[in-house]
Amino acid sequence: MTSRRNFLKTSSLTTFGFALGVSSFAKDATLKKITPAIVSLEINPFIIIDTAGNITLVNPRPDMGQGSTQAVPSLLAEELEVSLDKVKIVQSDGKGKYGNQTSGGSSSVRALWQPIRKAGAAAREMLTQTAAKRWNVSATECFAQDGKIVHRGSNKSFTYGELADDASKLEIPKNPKLKEAKDFKIIGKYNKRLDVPERVTGKAVYGLDVDVPGMVYASIVHSPMLHGKIASIDDADTRKVAGVLQVVRTERPMPHRKSEAVAVIATNWWAALKGKKALKVQWDNGDFEKTLSTQKYFEATYAAAKKEGINYEEKGDFSAKYASASKKIESSYETPFLSHAPIEPENAIVHVKDDGTIEIWAPVQGPDWALRDVCGYMNVKPEQVKINVTLLGGAFGRKAYHDFLLEACHLSKELKKPVKVIWTREDDITQGPYRPGMLSHMQGFVEEGKITGFHHHAIGESIAGQVFKGLKDDEADPWLTGEISPENSKYNFATASKISWTNVKTDIPVVWWRSVYASNFGWGQECFIDELAHLAGKDPLQARLDILTDERFRKVLETLAEKANWNEKLPAGQGKGIAVFRSFDSISAACVTVSKKENGVNIDKVVSVIDCGYYVNPDNVKAQTEGNIVMGLTAAIKDGITFTNGVCDQTNFHQFNLMRINETPKMEIHIIDSGANPGGVGEPGLPPIAPALGNAIFAATGKRIRKLPFDITNLA
Amino acid sequence: MAVFNLTVNNKKVKVDVEPDMPLLWVIRDFVGLKGTKFGCGMAMCGACTVHLNGQPIRSCQTPISTVAKNAKITTVEGIGEVQLHAVQQAWIDEQVPQCGYCQSGQIMSAVALLKTTPNPTDEDIDAAMSGNLCRCGTYDRIRRAIHKASDTMKAGAGVGGGK
Repeated sequence: MTSRRNFLKTSSLTTFGFALGVSSFAKDATLKKITPAIVSLEINPFIIIDTAGNITLVNPRPDMGQGSTQAVPSLLAEELEVSLDKVKIVQSDGKGKYGNQTSGGSSSVRALWQPIRKAGAAAREMLTQTAAKRWNVSATECFAQDGKIVHRGSNKSFTYGELADDASKLEIPKNPKLKEAKDFKIIGKYNKRLDVPERVTGKAVYGLDVDVPGMVYASIVHSPMLHGKIASIDDADTRKVAGVLQVVRTERPMPHRKSEAVAVIATNWWAALKGKKALKVQWDNGDFEKTLSTQKYFEATYAAAKKEGINYEEKGDFSAKYASASKKIESSYETPFLSHAPIEPENAIVHVKDDGTIEIWAPVQGPDWALRDVCGYMNVKPEQVKINVTLLGGAFGRKAYHDFLLEACHLSKELKKPVKVIWTREDDITQGPYRPGMLSHMQGFVEEGKITGFHHHAIGESIAGQVFKGLKDDEADPWLTGEISPENSKYNFATASKISWTNVKTDIPVVWWRSVYASNFGWGQECFIDELAHLAGKDPLQARLDILTDERFRKVLETLAEKANWNEKLPAGQGKGIAVFRSFDSISAACVTVSKKENGVNIDKVVSVIDCGYYVNPDNVKAQTEGNIVMGLTAAIKDGITFTNGVCDQTNFHQFNLMRINETPKMEIHIIDSGANPGGVGEPGLPPIAPALGNAIFAATGKRIRKLPFDITNLA
Repeated sequence: MAVFNLTVNNKKVKVDVEPDMPLLWVIRDFVGLKGTKFGCGMAMCGACTVHLNGQPIRSCQTPISTVAKNAKITTVEGIGEVQLHAVQQAWIDEQVPQCGYCQSGQIMSAVALLKTTPNPTDEDIDAAMSGNLCRCGTYDRIRRAIHKASDTMKAGAGVGGGK
């Protein structure tokens, strides 16, 4: 823990009576391995209790809909013995003293579970000690309740505010006693999210809703082939548009490369957009017409599937055992590139001021990463930058990629005034970055009715390799291999198993998308387990249980079987499919029921089970899992992103369709109370959805689907 | 530029804008009500849904010049000015929003549905709400919340204020 003295020196919030900082807790090798850059465990959240008794939490996780504005303060309120509405939340601004501040990797609760509770418990102990001293009694005779320290014998009490000043002079206890789970009043209990009312009355402020005095608006013409060079600009018609102020050459700074662009600056965004539509830009696209092609990319992945990949982990001599196996199969499972398509498009306001300081208002998932990127791009120091993080109107990984923010930086520096950049939906869909399309090449064999040999060859672009560079060509992307590592896939393949990978590069920009590669590889792994179960002549649930000893996995599957009535006899034309996948420290399984309908199937119901260890609010776990069902089904049966002749074939929601309410099946969520350390909640529900659907379709129709997305109304 | 006199949430406002400017941007950037959202710009997502004389419309595809002079425009800010509209309350009770960005549009579509169909079936809800996308995937809760609001309104409570 930091000493109080150190904290006071660095914090700008020290005008309050009592402040407490807590630094990192023990590093967890497993977490690091799975999500190295998303979950850095160096966190340092701050809690301030002022002399009026107000409690402020500097929340280091922006809210994009995942509920961090409830989850994080709940951890504090629980230990401080105050109700949730007593904790005021201030969003952290990216400065280093707050440590990791990125909403990503389903990290909010699992990373903050210990440190925020410890900070709350430490504060509670310091307040208790202060009160005990004033009364000249033992601290054991005092307890915290509703923002007060109460003396048990006399029923005397002090409010936290009355104690804050004196308490702040104490040393911070290094190992405060945390509450036991049985005493939890908030954690694990249903509580309404306090910021829902502002989200149903139009009062919630997202990035798009911020206005800054004197700002101008920018709409940007991006390169249709993403990386083309500007050959010529004809802005004659643009300049005739009322409200248009200027047309300026600019750039789109992606993490790994910059693209040329042209910005239309106007007094309002509608005028900027009209000006953009009137602008004629000729592009020199080099070879991109040939190279930007998802068809060519996937051809390269299928070619790679015929060759050996680089081994990540091998048990037994898989290749030899597979060669001599008598009952074996192999098949390839494909998942498409996908756009995140948050309903709030990318946007940012940046004001590069005369004194060289920069102020930002933007919906970003991580103010710390945004600060790092802005400082690097603008060549300024962190103390020269102020980031105001707004609410995010959806993100799903997209708003931790700061091209739109750096565009606004570039323009504001050039124009010397605040600039609001708003992307169109077409910018969002056609420019990326995208979830990478991937191929899982699977091999496996069965012996004596059991799945005993299994090989997952993960093929495609590396996010870490493309976005962050620095990976050697033979170095495994930890996201890519981590998702299917034995830590996540607990199946025991008795004879041999192998995980291998091949990096197939593309110029199409990629980035993490909800559940990252788990969203790709769950499809191959769990559909292929189903294929092997049938090869072994076993029920798909039993075939899984036969090779699982892990108690949590078994409990999740057994609960799913019970809740989804797995063993019921179904009429012809109806089928159920299951899948289970572990990601972000949580285990989730799903059962999908489908019925034949004309040439396709109808999705009747989805039952989902999640073991995420300790959780804060069961209703939010359910909400996130419901969201994962919808996003997982959308990824399976709606549109993927394709590039043909250098350009994205989809431009808006008429071509990149998302699932709508009329297509949404009934759903049911069950939470396992395992009492394990908290796992993620925002993402783990997604990976089992598509394979459970694919397996259900096989059960109902006998048709095995191996390529996503597919048309659920026409399986012929 | 041209001057338009509008009635937004029962208040008279005057704006001086280009005639082809969509109502969405007039409401957001000239009237200053930010609750109505931009999502796609082609009436595919419903985030911009407002009421024009009580009918739900996609304001991103409605040029201001096509809005009749005496038309009444209602936005999410106008349905529950005195007390929350039953639909808004149901949205809170069922904890519908995640990010919440699309919910203004969802709520305006739901309010319009319940005016014409006070007792909707799931099929009615699906039909009336299928123009509103939610990327967070709150659809199942939206169905539940609309049924709940329907029950509340049939009991004669919570129709909001301001109209």
